[in-house]
Amino acid sequence: MKQKQLRIALRNCGVIDPERIEDYIAKDGYLALGKVLTELTPEATIEIIKKSGLRGRGGGGFPTGLKWEITRKVHGDQKYVVCNADEGDPGAFMDRSVLEGDPHSVLEAMAINGYCTGASKGLVYIRAEYPLAIERLKIAMKQAREYGFLGDQILGTGFCFDIEIRYGAGAFVCGEETALIHSMEGLRGEPTVKPPFPSESGYLGKPSNVNNVETYANIPVIINKGADWFASIGSAKSKGTKVFALAGKINNVGLVEVPMGTTLREVIYEIGGGIRDGKAFKAAQTGGPSGGCLTVKHLDIPIDYDNLIAAGSMMGSGGMIVMDEDDCMVAIAKFYLEFTVEESCGKCSPCRIGNKRLFEILEKITQGNGILEDLDKLKNLGKVIIDTSLCGLGQSSPNPVLSTLDNFYDEYIDHVTYKKCKSKVCKSLMTYIIDEEKCIGCTLCARNCPVNAISGERKQAHYIDPEKCIKCGACMEKCKFNAIFIN
Amino acid sequence: MTKITSLTELKKLRDSLKEKMESYSLLDHPDSIIQVKVAMATCGQASGARPVFDYFKEELEKRNIPAMVTQTGCMSYCYAEPTIEVTIPGKNPVVFGFVNTRKADEIIERYIRKGELPDGVIPVNYETVISQ
Repeated sequence: MKQKQLRIALRNCGVIDPERIEDYIAKDGYLALGKVLTELTPEATIEIIKKSGLRGRGGGGFPTGLKWEITRKVHGDQKYVVCNADEGDPGAFMDRSVLEGDPHSVLEAMAINGYCTGASKGLVYIRAEYPLAIERLKIAMKQAREYGFLGDQILGTGFCFDIEIRYGAGAFVCGEETALIHSMEGLRGEPTVKPPFPSESGYLGKPSNVNNVETYANIPVIINKGADWFASIGSAKSKGTKVFALAGKINNVGLVEVPMGTTLREVIYEIGGGIRDGKAFKAAQTGGPSGGCLTVKHLDIPIDYDNLIAAGSMMGSGGMIVMDEDDCMVAIAKFYLEFTVEESCGKCSPCRIGNKRLFEILEKITQGNGILEDLDKLKNLGKVIIDTSLCGLGQSSPNPVLSTLDNFYDEYIDHVTYKKCKSKVCKSLMTYIIDEEKCIGCTLCARNCPVNAISGERKQAHYIDPEKCIKCGACMEKCKFNAIFIN
Repeated sequence: MTKITSLTELKKLRDSLKEKMESYSLLDHPDSIIQVKVAMATCGQASGARPVFDYFKEELEKRNIPAMVTQTGCMSYCYAEPTIEVTIPGKNPVVFGFVNTRKADEIIERYIRKGELPDGVIPVNYETVISQ
C-alpha cells in the first residue's frame, strides 16, 4: 500500500545520529552543496529552486526561489543568510525536530543560499528555549568546519561561508522577520514597516535572505533530485510536502509530513488514528494564533496554502491542534487572544489596544455577561485590527475570533443569549446540581467541598449553594451515585 | 580530520561510509551487527529515553550481543515516546514505542535473541525521499 506520508524535510530525522556528520554524508549529505559549487552557477541554482515551486514554510508561503533572486540582485558589499528558528506557535515543534534530528541539512542549505545570493555569512536565530537543538547545531557546525563544508575555500572552490548562532529570548513577535533582525542587532524585538524588505535592507542594513528551518531542509533534496521531481509532488500551486505537528485530542500525537493536497480527513483519521476516546471531531486549528479553525465541512478539502486561506485559516508554520466535542470554541478563541495580548510588542495601537479589547469582550462572553451587540463588535474590531496593524502578528491576531465566529456562531449565541456553554468549559455558565432522587445523603460531597458550599442532613438529599460554589468539580468526582450533574 | 577539497573526494567518502553503514544490515557479512537506535530529541529525553539508551548499551554488552546503539533525532511518534528502532541484519527495521528498561529487556530477550515480535510495535506509516 502506498503510504500517506512522504518525508522530505524529515528524511533523516530518527534515522541518522545528528551528532555524527558521517551519518549525514552517507545519506548524500553535502552532495548538493558540492554539486552547486562545482557544477552550477548561482543563477542556474536559483532557477532550479524557482522551478521546483518551493514556497516558504514559515507560514507566508512566499516563493523561495524568487526571494533568493531578489536578494541576489540587490547590490551590497556584505549580504547575510538568516535562518529563522524562532518557532513560537503554541503546539508547534517541527523546526525543533529538524534541528535536533538533522542539523546538517539546514547548514548545507544555508551555504547553498549563501552561494546563490552572494552572502558569506549565515546567522541562525534560534530560541534559547531549545537548548538541545542549539547544542546539536553547534556540534554540527564544528564538524562541518572540520570537513571543510563551512569556512574558507569550501570544497576546494573559492567560496567562503560561515555560520553563527544568535539566541532569541522567546518573544513570539521575533518570528516576524523584521523584528527578528532587530533582535539580532541587539535592539528591541519590534517589527518595522515593509518595504524595505530584509532582502533589500536587513541585518545591519545589509541585504539579508531570511528563510525558515523547514524551507532550508527541503533545499538539498531539490538540488539532488531535481526541480521536476519536487514539482511533481503536491497540488497545483503548492509543491512538495508540509510537516505538521499534530496535537490535541488525537490518538497519534506526533509529527507528520504529507504531500501538499492531502486532505484533513486523511491526516486526522488515517495518519493521526482518529479522535481520542472515539469522540466526535469538532475542529482543527491551523496556523497557531494567526490562523483559524477548519471544521467538519473542511475535512475533504486538499490542504495547501491557497485552500486554507480560502477556508478562513492559514498554513502557518505547521501547528495543527485537533479539537473534539468537549472543546468550547469561544474559550479556544479566548485562549489565543490571551496569547496575542501577552505577545504583542506594543508598538502599534491597533494590536496593543485592539487585541486587549477583543480579549475583554470574549472574557465578558465566557463569564455570561455578553450581549448580542458584542458579537458585532468582535467582528468589526477584528477587521479594523487586521487592516491597520503594523506587522503580521497584529494583521492576523483576530483570525481565531473571526474564524470561530464564522464557523461556530451558534456557540457564541448559546453563550450570549442562553448563557450556556454546551461543552461545559466556561465555568461561569455552569451550575452544579444534586439530583434529589439519586442522592442518598452520604455526606461525601459535603466533606470534600473546599468552600463548604454543600449542605444537608445525613441520609437526606443535599444541596449546593450556587452563590458559594466555585465549580471545581470535586463533589462530582467524589459522588459514587452519579447524583451530581452540570446544568 | 582532513578537509575535503573536491566533489569527487566527497563522493568517495560518501560511498565508503554508505558501504560501511549497509554492511551492518547484510546477513552474510562478517561484520554485520544488530543496530539499536534510540530517539533522543528533547521530547524523547523528557519521557525517559536516556536511561533506555544506557540500558541497551550496558545490557547488550553484558549479554554478549554484538550491537551498535546510537541516538537519533525525533522519530515523530510523540504519543509513544520513548521510541526505539531495532535492525536485525537481513530484516526490516522494527520500531517499538513506550520503551522503558523493562520493555527493553523484553526486546533484547524476545526480539533480538529469538526473533519473536513482542507487543508495542509501531507500523511504519511513511515513505522517505531516500527510499523512493
